[in-house]
Amino acid sequence: MTAKVVTITSGKGGVGKTTAVANIAVALASRGQKVVCIDGDIGLRNLDVVMGLENRIVYDLVDVVEGRCRLRQAMIHDKRLPELYLIPAAQTRDKSAVSPSDMVRLCDELRPECDWILIDSPAGIERGFRNAIAPADKVLVMTNPEVSAVRDADRVVGLLDAEEKGPASLIINRLNPAMVKRGDMLSVEDVLDLLAIELIGIVPEDENVLVASNRGTPLALDGKSRAGQAFQNIARRLMGESVPFLDLETHNLLQRIFAGRK
Amino acid sequence: MSATSAPIQIKGLRDGLLVTLGDGSWAELQDLLLRRIDEQPTFFQGARLVLDVGAHALRVAELSSLRDLLSERGLGLWAVLSESPLTEQTAQNLGLATRLSKPHPEEPRPLELPPENMALWVKQTVRSGMRIEFPGPVVVFGDVNPGGEVIAGGSVIVWGRLRGVVHAGAAGDEQAVVCALELAPTQLRIAGEIAVSPKKKGEVGPEVARLKDGRLVAEPWQ
Repeated sequence: MTAKVVTITSGKGGVGKTTAVANIAVALASRGQKVVCIDGDIGLRNLDVVMGLENRIVYDLVDVVEGRCRLRQAMIHDKRLPELYLIPAAQTRDKSAVSPSDMVRLCDELRPECDWILIDSPAGIERGFRNAIAPADKVLVMTNPEVSAVRDADRVVGLLDAEEKGPASLIINRLNPAMVKRGDMLSVEDVLDLLAIELIGIVPEDENVLVASNRGTPLALDGKSRAGQAFQNIARRLMGESVPFLDLETHNLLQRIFAGRK
Repeated sequence: MSATSAPIQIKGLRDGLLVTLGDGSWAELQDLLLRRIDEQPTFFQGARLVLDVGAHALRVAELSSLRDLLSERGLGLWAVLSESPLTEQTAQNLGLATRLSKPHPEEPRPLELPPENMALWVKQTVRSGMRIEFPGPVVVFGDVNPGGEVIAGGSVIVWGRLRGVVHAGAAGDEQAVVCALELAPTQLRIAGEIAVSPKKKGEVGPEVARLKDGRLVAEPWQ
């Protein structure tokens, strides 16, 4: 096995990176893939909470980097799925505890053992962001359909190009079709128009996401909700399947985009 | 080791350290520099480095890895000075300064005009946070997104949508024009005049903005 390293980043905070990592990881693992998630948000760790693994943390990323434990010991197995693991972030340190070359080394060590390494990037464009993208083979940029999030995503896409980590793919999260219809929210088309990168997922706004995050049971585990389905679709697209985008009552619009991109 | 032939020279600046790298292979120079730093960690700790790389042509991978290696040692790479246009471009892409800022930057620095008809060709979209500065005309083959800036001594042509900030004739050239396939800048400046674009309705074609009797006006291109 040679894992593909995928980093999810956004620039702006709170757009749903951590939720996306948890759900895409679950979706990939439920398709028989061996997945390791790494929480890159040292000092503000969350991924363990969203995945419901908080109470099982013994060692973390910084312990591995500083040689206090072996890589295996820091990998928490999510028992709901056969091959899903989490390497949590340290909560008592900050981003400078890990360097980009540490991340590259760590991922190189993991690569032969799994199919996917998903890295949850912290918000911002500083050290934590650079740590998260250093080992990436593919970067997914996440945004919400709002002007400030898109502006930050644009900055991140530019930085990724400069670091020769592009082209990035785009996930639009928390799309509310009714608001788009009323003209109160940026449409998928508006966002793509500005960012001009490949779209890999559209996740509709869904209250269940919040409920699931609080419970620590990622939505994609049951896959009945629309958001859960959207994450399943992203996982399938990562695996190379061509999956049509969900019909979010913006049928014509999406079809137009799709027709235009093919 | 005589000072003139030393491959690495280090000099204190007002607000950082100037490291001048001589000739030789880049890998060796980098090794040598890192070893120097590791020998005297307390001297270098927390310093801002200005790297004068002379004629070395550096790609993104080389410069970003050096930057990361430096930051692991608690040093910030602040600026890269070079005679090589490739290195300058790389440094700018990585958001590093390519010249030392003067202590009092409020005086608008006069942009020296290059030879007639020498334009800068920008073959990518200028995204948020990117700043293109050039003493002559600039041609952007792509969009200029909100948050992106183009500052040109001459005219600016955008073969795409202009939604960021453009300053044409930055050195005072009132004949400079700005044209774009879609002209909707956050802010537009020509010489000393500033304007924001009015809200437009519907599809508008290519437009040219210029100074007319001291006022900025935009007209459809034909």
